[in-house]
Amino acid sequence: MTAPTDRTTKRAWDTAQRSRDERLAAASRYARGKIVDAADTTKLLEAIVRPGDRVCLEGDNQKQADFLASRLAEVAPAIINNLHIVQSGIVLPEHLDLFALGIAKKLDFSYSGPQSVTLARALKGGKIELGAVHTYLELFSRYFIDLTPQVALTVARCADRDGNLYMGPNTEDSPVVIEATAFKQGIVVAQVNEVVDKVPRVDVAGDRVDFIVVTPSPFYVEPLFTRDPAQITETQILGAMLAIKGIYEPYGVKRLNHGIGFNTAAIELILPTFAERLGLKGKIATHFALNPHPTLIPAIENGWVEQIHSFGSEVGMDDYMRARPDIFFTGRDGSMSSNRMYCQAAGLYATDLFIGSTLQIDLQGNSSTFTRDRIAGFGGAPNMGSDPHGRRHASAPWLKAGREASGDGHGLPRGRKLVVQIVETFGEKLVPTFVENLDSIELAKALDLALPPVMIYGDDVTHIVTEEGIANLLLCRTPYEREQAIRGVAGYTDVGRARDRKAVEELRARKVIQRPEDLGIDVLDANRSLLAARSVKDLMHWSGDLYDPPRKFRNW
Amino acid sequence: MDNLKLSYATRTPAAGDRQSVLVGVVASGNLEVLFERKLAPHECVVEIATPIHGYDEVWKAVVEDFVERVSPGGLYISINDGGARPDIVALRLMQGVKTMEVNHE
Repeated sequence: MTAPTDRTTKRAWDTAQRSRDERLAAASRYARGKIVDAADTTKLLEAIVRPGDRVCLEGDNQKQADFLASRLAEVAPAIINNLHIVQSGIVLPEHLDLFALGIAKKLDFSYSGPQSVTLARALKGGKIELGAVHTYLELFSRYFIDLTPQVALTVARCADRDGNLYMGPNTEDSPVVIEATAFKQGIVVAQVNEVVDKVPRVDVAGDRVDFIVVTPSPFYVEPLFTRDPAQITETQILGAMLAIKGIYEPYGVKRLNHGIGFNTAAIELILPTFAERLGLKGKIATHFALNPHPTLIPAIENGWVEQIHSFGSEVGMDDYMRARPDIFFTGRDGSMSSNRMYCQAAGLYATDLFIGSTLQIDLQGNSSTFTRDRIAGFGGAPNMGSDPHGRRHASAPWLKAGREASGDGHGLPRGRKLVVQIVETFGEKLVPTFVENLDSIELAKALDLALPPVMIYGDDVTHIVTEEGIANLLLCRTPYEREQAIRGVAGYTDVGRARDRKAVEELRARKVIQRPEDLGIDVLDANRSLLAARSVKDLMHWSGDLYDPPRKFRNW
Repeated sequence: MDNLKLSYATRTPAAGDRQSVLVGVVASGNLEVLFERKLAPHECVVEIATPIHGYDEVWKAVVEDFVERVSPGGLYISINDGGARPDIVALRLMQGVKTMEVNHE
């Protein structure tokens, strides 16, 4: 055996490490230890970022490295350009300014809530080269395979001088972003509200953090998961009653995830009233993968919920969660600990039901939140709302859904995740939810995307709930039945009015479609007196004043 | 403002003996409906005033289903719409008829 020594000696194996050393050397004049003066942040970034770098600027759906975002938008495009932004959330205007200013060129992301309209405009204007719109798990996974950041700009509540970071309830994406960056010789910069002698708990170990910037004001957190009970409509309450009586009860759903929206908020608020009267306490909705929705407080206080693991936090919920460690995951310091990657994996593999809303559903049951002028992204919904084929543990709801899907009962026993879309047949401004073709197909053509952005594929959807009833797609045996089951709950939309009435009545006889009256629900009972809390103030009272609502929800 | 007047022959008269009822409110996305028992027992008229154009077919479909379902004979129903969605319209119609059924004390 002759070892190919000449080849191994010719190649350098530590180019990333050398690049890192050069960057750190260039940055050293701005740092004392790891600490950089806020006024030097732009110069620091010009020293550590190189043209063409992959940069993760956190950019979660809740907490924002807002100071670092605005300083990055100030670097000289002549020095730093062609960046490839790989971050989960496009939330702040600065995130898109980077592209308008010529600092960044390519984008891979997951969620774009508040910037969805601006993002669509920028894409159409050719300012952004779009890689893909990912799910959270998918983007985080790619951080370890082919989208590893060279630089990560993160955010924490405080740090010590060694760089140990404390993030409190808003840990969110940071551990995974920093792990991928730091262990591949990248550079990690954290903006913090303050430097302390000892952090309350170590969320990220200091040896993964290169620079600390103390910001003039605390970082921004988007209150994304607060829904004011005062805005919940009778139709949404009816949908919630249908979901509980027609899905949660018969399947015995205990482990679940709720998407955000007024429909799921209504479900949470009628657990202590409607579901309690049905005798379902302890039998449904006990274990959640869920952001800390304030609307779940009454159910928690009434003893419905056993435990909740969270993707992120929610503004105003800190003290409440600290006082309920039996329910939430909390650190030794007492505060809640979130982790978006862990919770996404938990929601994918360890829950039996996902229920969430959407903007458009087509005749195959495909759903999308992308419209012609809005690129909202996916977040976690495609993972939560899919049947994980890698699951190998059984549960009663999962097996029941699997039996319904298989029909004849022959073949191997298989399970199915319950994936429920709960919508009103018309959305804001009388825009129909049910459509012949998703807008996202047109959008994909216009933007030359390889893949039309579909949030949940029709073959993963098991049930559609509207004010007109529930369509159980597991029980449909042909594409025609499936289409008519969807038309049969599509109300007075064009799609709904074009139903084959005879086929729909046959589906109803087979309980593929169930109307409120088929489930013993009187639509006139769907009124706001069923809500355990009818205002944000009621939620505060339920929490024993531990919940501290953000100012924009304080309307008293 | 679009105005629409729909007339139906019903199978049976509406239940109860209440003479009139007002349900709902005129607000964005909501509607106000006045029910008056003043027609012949097998007649029903629904009059709609709406600020939203182009939904005649949807109104007809919603009202037809309602008439088919509850047979509101004798009722003159006036809708003052604030851009409500069809599900809310159907719900208010059902609420009104139910309230008309409640007898006077």
